[in-house]
Amino acid sequence: MKGSPPGVRADALGQLPRLKTAYATEFSNRSRGVRLALAAGAIALLTGYALWALDFSLVRILSGLGRLGDFSLMMLPPSAGGRFAIYLQSLFETVAIAYLGTLVAGLFAFPFAFLAAKNVIPNIFVHFGARRVLDVFRGVDTLIWALLWVNVVGLGPFAGVLAIACSDFGSLGKLFSEAIETAAQGPVDGVASAGGARAHQIRFGILPQIVPVIGGLTLYFIESNTRSATIIGIVGAGGIGVHLAEQIRVLNLQDVSCLILMILAAVTAIDFVSGKLRVGMIGKRGEAMA
Amino acid sequence: MRGEPPIRAVLGLAEGRARVLLGAYDGAVRVRRLQTFAILAAVVCLALLSAYVAEVEPSTFSKNLYRFTNYLYRILPSLTVANLAGDVADWYWRFGVWMRLLIETLLIAYLGTLIGALGAVALCFAASNNFGRNKALRFATRRLLEFLRTVPEVVFALLFVIAFGLGPMAGVLALGIHSVGSLGKQFFEIVENVDMKPAEGVRASGGNWLHTVRFAAWPQVAPGFASYALMRFEINVRGASVMGFVGAGGIGQELISAIRQFYYSDVSAILLMILVTVVLIDLGAEQVRHRLIGLKGASA
Repeated sequence: MKGSPPGVRADALGQLPRLKTAYATEFSNRSRGVRLALAAGAIALLTGYALWALDFSLVRILSGLGRLGDFSLMMLPPSAGGRFAIYLQSLFETVAIAYLGTLVAGLFAFPFAFLAAKNVIPNIFVHFGARRVLDVFRGVDTLIWALLWVNVVGLGPFAGVLAIACSDFGSLGKLFSEAIETAAQGPVDGVASAGGARAHQIRFGILPQIVPVIGGLTLYFIESNTRSATIIGIVGAGGIGVHLAEQIRVLNLQDVSCLILMILAAVTAIDFVSGKLRVGMIGKRGEAMA
Repeated sequence: MRGEPPIRAVLGLAEGRARVLLGAYDGAVRVRRLQTFAILAAVVCLALLSAYVAEVEPSTFSKNLYRFTNYLYRILPSLTVANLAGDVADWYWRFGVWMRLLIETLLIAYLGTLIGALGAVALCFAASNNFGRNKALRFATRRLLEFLRTVPEVVFALLFVIAFGLGPMAGVLALGIHSVGSLGKQFFEIVENVDMKPAEGVRASGGNWLHTVRFAAWPQVAPGFASYALMRFEINVRGASVMGFVGAGGIGQELISAIRQFYYSDVSAILLMILVTVVLIDLGAEQVRHRLIGLKGASA
């Protein structure tokens, strides 16, 4: 703009009316503008209502921020206060819960996913029903499952395993069935044309395509479940969350920061290992998925 | 077995050559089988170790499984055809309160997602390889995002409830902070995948960094951002439904007290409300997301 000679600019501006009549639709962006304004207005209105309905107040935010500042000072330096061995043990428990829960979920989700895949079970009632079953398992949060299982098998990590297995059965089942549905039809037709039965078509046509995807997804879930397994302790379902919730309640914040650092370290380590395994399993694509 | 008469007929090769090929094939298969077996063995060993650490007791499980079915049976409402309307009204005796709390839950999820999206937009360009010019800033932003998404939202909520007081505000802030971390990562990955030619064009005509972001990157990334934010909203609705467990607002408060105090039919009533809401929002958001992605395809 700065560099362009004035003649060019004047010339371009001179052409503007002609261009406007020639390309009327391109220039009148009104409908787009109106739509954007409507969307922005709706968002602003809803936000205002939400802020009002949820009792937001600037005073509380400011005083809370001050308290948070105090808390972060109280968190330093992180220290386990002599309970490091206990914490480490429950960290292992957390990882074990995540691993076992995901494994059980995967084992149950794998056969069930075929029922929910349109290309394997064309019967609409079966795959529609199977999907709604998965929705129910997925729609209930892990913490709620944990509460329910604590009622059945008692307090402790076993309830956590069952909780993660239940909620992940829903998520993994959905993702697995999507993987099955996106599998290429060619190999299936090939097996069919060579005289393979339906079971052969699934075993030799679909399975080789989806096993890497399923492996990658399961690894990714082990990773993300290490995070969720840290919180189910809050309702007594085992793992490091038991200590975390307790230390926060008694405002023993040095321990809290120590526990958070331990979780961060564990999650980073698992990220690293499962990233490597994923790349080994499906090549570079695995990295993009994480 | 395989070596009997049909071998030549099948392969159309000389006998010796076919044998060599089949031998090599068998060898390759054996190696693969061995690999699969090794992986399976490792998985099973880890599972056994985990089961030991996590105190898995199949006997407790089978012995107490009847309690789960019992529990399911107990939380079922007693509905009769004769007095259906009355029974449903009885089942949902606190419908007004629950509905208000359910709306509160949705608002918590909405505001949390909004805070998360705004924070993520603010941070994602600095965290990306192609737009984040300052290496130290990029490193710091990425570590910050990692921290925010690794600490679960319930942990933030526990802290915020003490700092900001009980109530939905703590829940909103906890979900928001956590969403900044998870959306931030997804957003900067979108930013790193944009076509850089428009950016070069903007820079060539004298635009500064902000102009490149606004006119070169933004039109490319906005649909992706919106789609991921919607997906996060779905996740946050589930997260907001348990915020009440730690006193951070929403319907979780009623649910946990119903479970803890054994108000059986209330448990099923609240769970059903949450489930229906979650499924409806999933379906609705999916429709919108498909349209967003479709729009992206049309403009590309």
